[in-house]
Amino acid sequence: MTCLHLLLTLVFAVSLGTPVEIQRPRGVPLTKKQFYEESKPFTCLDGSRTIPFDRVNDDYCDCKDGSDEPGTAACPNGSFHCTNAGYRPMFIPSSRINDGICGKMTLHLDISPQQCSMHGMVLHLKFFLCTDCCDTTDEYNSGAKCENTCKELGRKEREVLQKMAEITKEGFLLKQQLIEEAKKGQQEKQSKVTDMQENKKQLDEKVEALRTVKETAEQPEKEAKERHLKAWEEQKAAIRLEKDKAKMAETFLELDDNADGFVSVSELQSHAELDPDADGTLTEIEAQGLMGGAEQVDTSTFESVWPKIKDKYHSESQAEEPAPVETPPDEVKEPVVDNDSEPYPEDDISEEEDEDDEDEDDYHEDDDKAQPTIKTPEKTHEDEEAMPPYDADTQALIDAAQKARDDFEEAEKALREMDDQIRNIEKELSFDFGPDAEFTYLYSQCYELTTSEYIYRLCPFNRVSQKPKYGGSETNLGTWGSWSGPENNKYLLMKYEQGTGCWQGPNRSTTVKLTCGKETVVTSTSEPSRCEYLMEFTTPAVCQEPANIDPSPHDHVEL
Amino acid sequence: MAVISIERMGLLSVVCVSLFFSSTFAVDRGNFKTCDQSAFCKRQRALKPGQSPYRALLETLELSDSRLTLQLINDNNKVHLLLELYRLQGNMTRVKINELKPLKPRFEVPDVLIAEPPTEPLSVLSKDDNGVVLSLGAENQRLIVSARPFRLDIMEGPEVLLSLNSRGLLAFEHLRLHKDTQAQADGAEVKESVDGDQQQDEGKKDEDGESEKEEDGLWEETFKSHTDTKPNGPTSISLDFSLPGVEHVYGIPEHADDLKLKTTDGGDPYRLYNLDVFQYELYNPMALYGSIPVMLAHNTQRTMGIFWLNAAETWVDISSNTAGKTVFGKMLDFVQGSSEKPQTDVRWISESGIIDVFIMLGPKPSKVFSQYASLTGTQSFPPLASLGYHQCRWNYNDQEDVKSVDQGFDQHDIPYDFIWLDIEHADGKRYFTWDPHKFPQPKEMLQGLMDKRRKMVSIVDPHIRVDSGYKIHNEITSKDFYVKNKDGKNYEGWCWPGNSGYPDFTKPEMRAWWASMFAYDQYEGSMENLFTWNDMNEPSVFNGPEVTMHKDALHGKWEHRDIHNIYGLYVQMATAEGQIQRSGGVERPFVLTRAFFAGSQRYGAVWTGDNAAEWDHLKISIPMCLSLGLVGVSFCGADVGGFFKNPSTELLVRWYQTGAYQPFFRAHAHLDTTRREPWLFGPENTALIREVIRQRYALLPYWYQLFYQAHKTGMPVMRPLWVDYPKDTATFTIDDEFLIGSDLLVHPVTEEGSRGVTAYLPGAEEVWYDVHTFQKHNGAQNLYIPVTLSSIPVFQRGGSIIPRKDRVRRSSTCMENDPYTLYVALSPKKFAEGELYIDDGHSFNYDTKKEFIHRSLTFANNALTSSNLCPDCNFLTSSWIEKVLILGASKPSKVLLKMDGKETPVDFEFDTSMSVLTLRKPGMNAGADWTLLLQYQRYFQC
Repeated sequence: MTCLHLLLTLVFAVSLGTPVEIQRPRGVPLTKKQFYEESKPFTCLDGSRTIPFDRVNDDYCDCKDGSDEPGTAACPNGSFHCTNAGYRPMFIPSSRINDGICGKMTLHLDISPQQCSMHGMVLHLKFFLCTDCCDTTDEYNSGAKCENTCKELGRKEREVLQKMAEITKEGFLLKQQLIEEAKKGQQEKQSKVTDMQENKKQLDEKVEALRTVKETAEQPEKEAKERHLKAWEEQKAAIRLEKDKAKMAETFLELDDNADGFVSVSELQSHAELDPDADGTLTEIEAQGLMGGAEQVDTSTFESVWPKIKDKYHSESQAEEPAPVETPPDEVKEPVVDNDSEPYPEDDISEEEDEDDEDEDDYHEDDDKAQPTIKTPEKTHEDEEAMPPYDADTQALIDAAQKARDDFEEAEKALREMDDQIRNIEKELSFDFGPDAEFTYLYSQCYELTTSEYIYRLCPFNRVSQKPKYGGSETNLGTWGSWSGPENNKYLLMKYEQGTGCWQGPNRSTTVKLTCGKETVVTSTSEPSRCEYLMEFTTPAVCQEPANIDPSPHDHVEL
Repeated sequence: MAVISIERMGLLSVVCVSLFFSSTFAVDRGNFKTCDQSAFCKRQRALKPGQSPYRALLETLELSDSRLTLQLINDNNKVHLLLELYRLQGNMTRVKINELKPLKPRFEVPDVLIAEPPTEPLSVLSKDDNGVVLSLGAENQRLIVSARPFRLDIMEGPEVLLSLNSRGLLAFEHLRLHKDTQAQADGAEVKESVDGDQQQDEGKKDEDGESEKEEDGLWEETFKSHTDTKPNGPTSISLDFSLPGVEHVYGIPEHADDLKLKTTDGGDPYRLYNLDVFQYELYNPMALYGSIPVMLAHNTQRTMGIFWLNAAETWVDISSNTAGKTVFGKMLDFVQGSSEKPQTDVRWISESGIIDVFIMLGPKPSKVFSQYASLTGTQSFPPLASLGYHQCRWNYNDQEDVKSVDQGFDQHDIPYDFIWLDIEHADGKRYFTWDPHKFPQPKEMLQGLMDKRRKMVSIVDPHIRVDSGYKIHNEITSKDFYVKNKDGKNYEGWCWPGNSGYPDFTKPEMRAWWASMFAYDQYEGSMENLFTWNDMNEPSVFNGPEVTMHKDALHGKWEHRDIHNIYGLYVQMATAEGQIQRSGGVERPFVLTRAFFAGSQRYGAVWTGDNAAEWDHLKISIPMCLSLGLVGVSFCGADVGGFFKNPSTELLVRWYQTGAYQPFFRAHAHLDTTRREPWLFGPENTALIREVIRQRYALLPYWYQLFYQAHKTGMPVMRPLWVDYPKDTATFTIDDEFLIGSDLLVHPVTEEGSRGVTAYLPGAEEVWYDVHTFQKHNGAQNLYIPVTLSSIPVFQRGGSIIPRKDRVRRSSTCMENDPYTLYVALSPKKFAEGELYIDDGHSFNYDTKKEFIHRSLTFANNALTSSNLCPDCNFLTSSWIEKVLILGASKPSKVLLKMDGKETPVDFEFDTSMSVLTLRKPGMNAGADWTLLLQYQRYFQC
């Protein structure tokens, strides 16, 4: 507590408006004043050697640790302390003393805390100037005309801090809400999953029951259908036989030119198409052969001749009729059913997914084009003799089975949908949404940033993409990989990997840097290295609880 | 970025696909000609040594006091040539050969010689029917002109130093009318294109009068899809040089090859033709980005140089009578005394122009450097800051990126001086402009750097986007400054911006206009801390033959063929001039170029082009820069880390350690590589890189002084060992270590996973001190040095004094007033000397107003004395001497500073283990006269 006391002493002095500098060598902080006593030889702070006090700050480096030259640039590893009244005290490397560079009044973003926390001065702030002193005390002999910018810097910093504090405060409140909502949502989802799993069980049973019903109904249906079919087949065979007989009789009459009730060899010979060796003429012997060696046949004997000639025989009445056109086999092609439910719907997450919608449109378009090419089955001869409708009993059995099938399929579909839903929720629940699930709300959302050339889009836990503003296809800059922040807080960075491959390079990847903000916005994107993108993203979810202690100790100065 | 750049490239992409994204990492050799594919080279090379058809017509000899002229005749074709001989001041001989009456003038390269070289009188010692003997001055040197066949021999005493046309390879393709226009062109005359018909076996063929058709490429030549129309027909020239007693020749950069030139028998000759070679291969004689037609020949007795002043495509053949012999074989020869004298034969072949050769007779290496410097000038004296560390990348994306990289250096406490912007910074590759989205406020960015006392370089390439909305293009068009194609239209080719025009930098008016474009009000957004990088100035033409300009393109009345190799020099010349002019002639320029020619050293720095992140590329950076240094270009460096591909961390660290000890120290990386700023490889590696960059900055006073010396004398900054140890044959082929000046010996670690290196410490009389441990080693030994990743074997020569600024700052400018530490490394005779040079670091005032301090530092007789080397100079510095380290000293009883007639004791410490005496804070001003006296006991007793 000594140091705090000392600090306050100085602060008190300053606040009284009397600039009383407590005597100590240049560049030495009050906390270390005790080691620099003018009356005694100085011992290097690492204890390595002791030198006369007049060698402290004599612009020559005697101590290996640089502790004898806190106020000059003589030691390569020294550090200089500046009070920076109005701002905050700090250490800078002593190499910056009298180098002609003034402490610029800029608030440097992203100066890592380690750099500024030399000698145990821990700073939690990202906004900080630590390369030069704002009070110009580091440029006491360089000829550089520096202005003391501490007050303004302090003011700016306070503004920033205040703003940050506000943001942090509000952000943190929002975060609490987010956590609440997430917890609630999570619980809801959890219970929903539980419910659904319960329901699913029932549904499972229902499906099984309906399957049994279906199968039970399908058995008689099948039998009845088979019966019906068999009957029809038999009927068809009878008809075919009938027709053949009629044709035979007709042929007999046609062949029996002299109407003597016999078909003779010569009569048969008039039908050259019956020539068995296809040499164009039906010889007598051949004709005889066809007639089983007989000279002539009567109607009953003709029955044995008929099978040999019926395939080739040209009816004299319809000799010009062309051979029946071969019809393609009746393709059993199911018309494309437009399934409302896709088999794997887990990918469509947000309503904003224009891109995916577009993709789907394309897909459908292709289908539309494809459809007209499906051939409508042509009527065939056989179809002319359509199967007679089922009789009422069979139809009743079919209807019953169909209903059982429909019921079963519907139930099965419901089950599948429920499975999907459960899987989706479980997947969502499996994500690491932060220690308090504060990042849950980002799930299923997308955030865009439009730059001069591109529209960048971050869909947390899903993917990052880039699309040219004026047309062109989207480029995947990475799909969700993991949290990849530093060990102490991995939730500060998100890594999206395995995006579209770069030409001759790696797959694109994106690091998303999360900072505290009231709004959830992508604030910037860049490509620091080829095909490695960096996206800055503000969200209340990373807002830390505002510290209880005042974040700006120099405010004491204003006491 | 891929998305952006591919889109941006637009039409260009087709070209770029094949050129820039080849799937395997290696040069596509098929894109570049071999000697066989270059008609004149093939023709000339077919000519074998034999008796020359040339005869000197002694009766035509004319001698003015400084110039001798003589006609030569080719007995085969009766064409007369005119030989001119000059004796130049400083022990040089100039030999010029041109056609006596050419059909039209042949190109003679202007703007390379800094002035018409001053001559000295020549006198005829004797003359008879066989020849003439001329005196070359005091050193018993004679020039013998033999008449039949024609040859020249330069003798010193009884020894022949160098002979010309001794192998009969003088060949001069005279200008002629095309047979289409001159029907009676007889076969023999045409065939004589290769001039020498002396080969018996081919002689018959010649007499058959075979038509010119047989000889391809005389009047037209096609390579790949490109046809060279050759309206002037064959114009090539060739000459051979024999160097008795010489086994080692060096120079003729730029080649990615060893320091010692190899014989070219059985392979291609070394080629000099400035080319943008994508992913160049190592250890071969292929042409690269720049050409300096200067070769040095060295043996233990003498160093000589041959400067072949010709800017056309040139090939150099080297052969040696000892090349095939093993060391043992040579020994055997020596023992048996049967050895013929070793000899190196060299042959130069150029496509056009005239023969204009400068023979620099040395004899010492330093003399050759000053001789060459007297012809083409010395290294420009760079701004001090440009000797610091340069951070480059293709590309720093935007202002924010620049700012964060700049802050990164402060954050990690690493000094740097320049941050660079590659082609993406400009608006659509329109140089002299800024991308309005990425760099909307260039001045704000530059001011931010200036506040940190740092600087920037932006790229300005010589290909100009053909775009009627682009001021630069419109002005060049309206002033008719573009190079023309063979039909007289503006020449256009593809380069980064797409369709581009190429300003004709050979025109003085064009260069003056270009220079004026660097004025602050012309180059909008530029400020005094913005400097320039000229890339692609070979010139690179993506869709041209061999990725460069068509040879039949026209620069006024000259063909591109004639001027090709000097185009890049002109670009840098005009740019440097622009930078000088913008400051009213006050400030020194800094311009980096990729293409270069003899004389380019006058305009700035050179780098070795698009290398790769491979260990062999790290290794080759040493001989490549050494070769350049030998021929005048001291300000040389290679892309640290390697341009293409990603270096392993070890390679990157080793490259920093090597690059920090090379003259031009810049990290650079290709667009497609991952980021590699020094702090991106973990704290240990950041620390290693920080350490070596700091070592560089500590040595800046030494580097600066060496550049001053190079500027004044032509001595290379980075040198092969043999330059300082010319009699030590062990040094003649060393190119894995080098000297910086005479006093620092560096043996970089260039092997992956190395645990030790063997360094050769030259000089039997020398001692060398390890600069890190101060351990002393004897010279003339191979020293094994165990290494870790932090080791950089560097030694300071005993007998030298090196001033350093050991304080760590953010940039070199921040170090301006910092004190010096003198590192006095004693020789075995307890002697040391060195120099200290100080000026403002950036202006020409050192030259125009003599505003500098130049001091000699001498340690002798136990006294270190600073004395003024330039009493009439005036410059005030606030730098002082904070510390003196005397290596190899013994412990004195007392140390006194004598200054202004007063004596004051100086505190000191003595480290017995390494014999290092440290004088604490003597405190004198760096510009003052003073003596530090070490007193020992016996004096004390007096």
